[in-house]
Amino acid sequence: MKAGKQPGATNRLKSAELSRASVRLSDRSPSVASRWAAGRLEPGTSLKGCRPARRRVWRSRVNSALVVFAVVVALTPVVLILYHVTRKGLVSMSWEFLTSSMPLSFRKAGGGFLNALVGTAIMVGLAAVISVPLGIMGAVYLVEYGKGNWLAKLIRFFSDVMSGVPSVFVGLFIYTALVVHFGFGALMGAASLALIMIPIVVRSTEEMLKLVPSHLKDASYALGAAKWQTILRVVLPAAAPGITTGVMLAIARAAGETAPLILTALGSYQLTAKLWGEPISALTLAIFDGARNPFAAGQARAWAGALELLAIVLICTAVARLIAARSRLNR
Amino acid sequence: MHDRSSLTEESSPSLPLSAALAALSGVVVLLVLAYMLISTTSTALPVFSSQGISFITSSEWNPRQGRFGTLAFIYGTAVTSAIALLIAVPLSLGVAIFLSEYAPRWLRGPVGYAVDLLAAVPSVIYGLWGVTVLLPLFLQPAADFLARYLGFLPIFAGPPSGLSYFGAGVVLAIMVIPIITSLCREIFATVPDDERQAAYALGATRWEMIRAVVLPRGRAGVVGAVMLGLGRALGETIAVALLIGSAVSIDASILRPGYSMAALIANQFQEATGDHIRALVGVGVVLFGFTIAVNMVARLLVWRFNRP
Repeated sequence: MKAGKQPGATNRLKSAELSRASVRLSDRSPSVASRWAAGRLEPGTSLKGCRPARRRVWRSRVNSALVVFAVVVALTPVVLILYHVTRKGLVSMSWEFLTSSMPLSFRKAGGGFLNALVGTAIMVGLAAVISVPLGIMGAVYLVEYGKGNWLAKLIRFFSDVMSGVPSVFVGLFIYTALVVHFGFGALMGAASLALIMIPIVVRSTEEMLKLVPSHLKDASYALGAAKWQTILRVVLPAAAPGITTGVMLAIARAAGETAPLILTALGSYQLTAKLWGEPISALTLAIFDGARNPFAAGQARAWAGALELLAIVLICTAVARLIAARSRLNR
Repeated sequence: MHDRSSLTEESSPSLPLSAALAALSGVVVLLVLAYMLISTTSTALPVFSSQGISFITSSEWNPRQGRFGTLAFIYGTAVTSAIALLIAVPLSLGVAIFLSEYAPRWLRGPVGYAVDLLAAVPSVIYGLWGVTVLLPLFLQPAADFLARYLGFLPIFAGPPSGLSYFGAGVVLAIMVIPIITSLCREIFATVPDDERQAAYALGATRWEMIRAVVLPRGRAGVVGAVMLGLGRALGETIAVALLIGSAVSIDASILRPGYSMAALIANQFQEATGDHIRALVGVGVVLFGFTIAVNMVARLLVWRFNRP
C-alpha cells in the first residue's frame, strides 16, 4: 500500500506537548511504539527519564534536514549528467556524425558512429530475438506449470542470481565457449547480451502473469479450451502490455552494456553487417574508446555518441513506462 | 495469490508437450549457469594449476614472465566497493526515507523518476562523465583537500590523485544509489500506517517515529538491498576501468591509483594472448565467485523479508 497521509504540523506540535506528560519513547527501546500498536505494552511501562521536549523536536528537525540534504546530493549527479551529455553532445552532433563511420585515428576530427550504431542495432536486435521467447517461456513455466515445485523454486532462485552475475563474466563465458571457436563477431556479442536480458525478461513476465485474474482463465476452461490454448489465447494477450514493458527495459539495459562486448564483439572501425567472422563495433565500445584516449577529437565524438546512446536508452525506458501506465493489469 | 480458487485448472486437459517445453526452457537457465562456470574454469585451469594458491595471495602481476598474482586486484575491488557503499548507503536510505515519509505527493513522482533515471544511464556514460567532468570538477579537488588536511592518516596519504580508489568509489556510489534506494523504498512502503500513527499518538517526533517504526521493520530487507548494491559494485567494469588509475599495486591510501578485477579484464583483454588471457579468465572466475556469494546472501535476505 501507499505510505499514506502525512501528519500535519499540528501533530508535531502535539507531540511536543504530549512528551511533557513524559511518555517514554527512548531511543534505546525502539519497539515501544510497535509493542503498543500490538497491544502488548503493559501498563506502567516507564514514563520517566524523558528527554526535554525541545531537544527531541530539534533533533527531529536536524535529521529531517539531513534527509533533504541526502536527496539533494543524490540527485545532483542526475542533473549534471543530463546537462553535460546534452550540452557537450550537441556541440559535436551533426548530420555527418549520424551518417558516417569513424576515422581511423582518435586525433582526426569529423566522421561519426554510424558503424557503431549499426552494430548496436544488430546485436541488441538479435539478442532480443533469442532472449524474449526463452524468457517468456521460462516465466510461463514458473507461473502456469511449475507452481511451487522444487524445480520452479530452483529456477527462480538461479534466475535471480544470474541477474547479479557481472556482465564482464558473461563476456568471458561467451569468449571461452564461442569466440575461441568461431572468432569475434556480432553473433557472439548478441549471445552475451541475450544472457543478460533473459533474467530481466523472466522476472518481469512472471510478475505480469501472476496478475492475470483467474476468472479469465476459468472462462477459457469453461469454453473447453486446453491449458496451452488458454495460455496462448488468454493469459499471454492479457499480460502483453506488461511483458512489453519488461522487454523494453531489457533492451535499454542491453544497449548500454559495454564490458561483455569488449570480449565478444571486440570493436571495429569499419561499417559491417556480417554476423560472424568479423569484429563489429557498438555505440558503447566506441564511447569507451573515445573516453580512454586523451585526444580532443575522439572525446568530442564520444560525447556525441553518449548523447545518441542516452537518447536511445531513455526513449526505451519512457516507452516502457508509458505502456506500463496504460496496462489494465497494473493493480 | 490466485489459482487455488481456480476450479477447473486441475482437471483441465493439459497438453504434456507444452508443459515439457516450458520446463525445458527453465532447465536451460540452470544448464547455462552451470556451463558458464565449467567453461570458464576449464579455460583458466592451466593458469590456476601453474600458479597454485599464489594466484590469489600474490600481488605480482607480470604477464611477460608468466607471473599471475591477483591480490592487488582483489584488494582494489574490495576497497572501491567499500568506499562506494560508505557513500551510497546513507544517501540511499535518506532518499528512500524522504520518498516514503517526507515527500508531499506531488514531489514523489519526480524524485522517484530522477532516481530511476540514474539507474537507466549506461555505465560507459558514467565513465566518460567521470573522467572528463567529475574529475576536474570534484574528484581532484576533493582528493587534494583530503590529502592536505587529513594526509597524516595513512588512508589519505598523498600525493593525491583523482584517478584513484577514491575516484572510482565515488562514481560507483552514484551508480549504486538507485539500486539500494528503490529496494529500500519498496520495503518502507510495506510499513503499515497504523504503526506510524501509533507512534505519533505516543508523542513521537517524526524522526523518532522513523527510528522506532520504519527502520526496525525493514532491517533484513535493507541489509539485503545493500548486499545487492554491493554485488553491482563488485562487478562494475567500465566506469571503474576509466577512473581507478590502472596501477598494479596495493596502496593503503585511497587517494592513490589502483586496479580492480573487472577493470583489469576490460583494459588488458584486447592486448592479451595465451596464458595472459587464461589468467584474465581466471580473474573473472574469482570475481564470479565473490559476486555469486554476495548475491545469494542478498537474495535470501530479501526473500526472507518478503515471505512472512
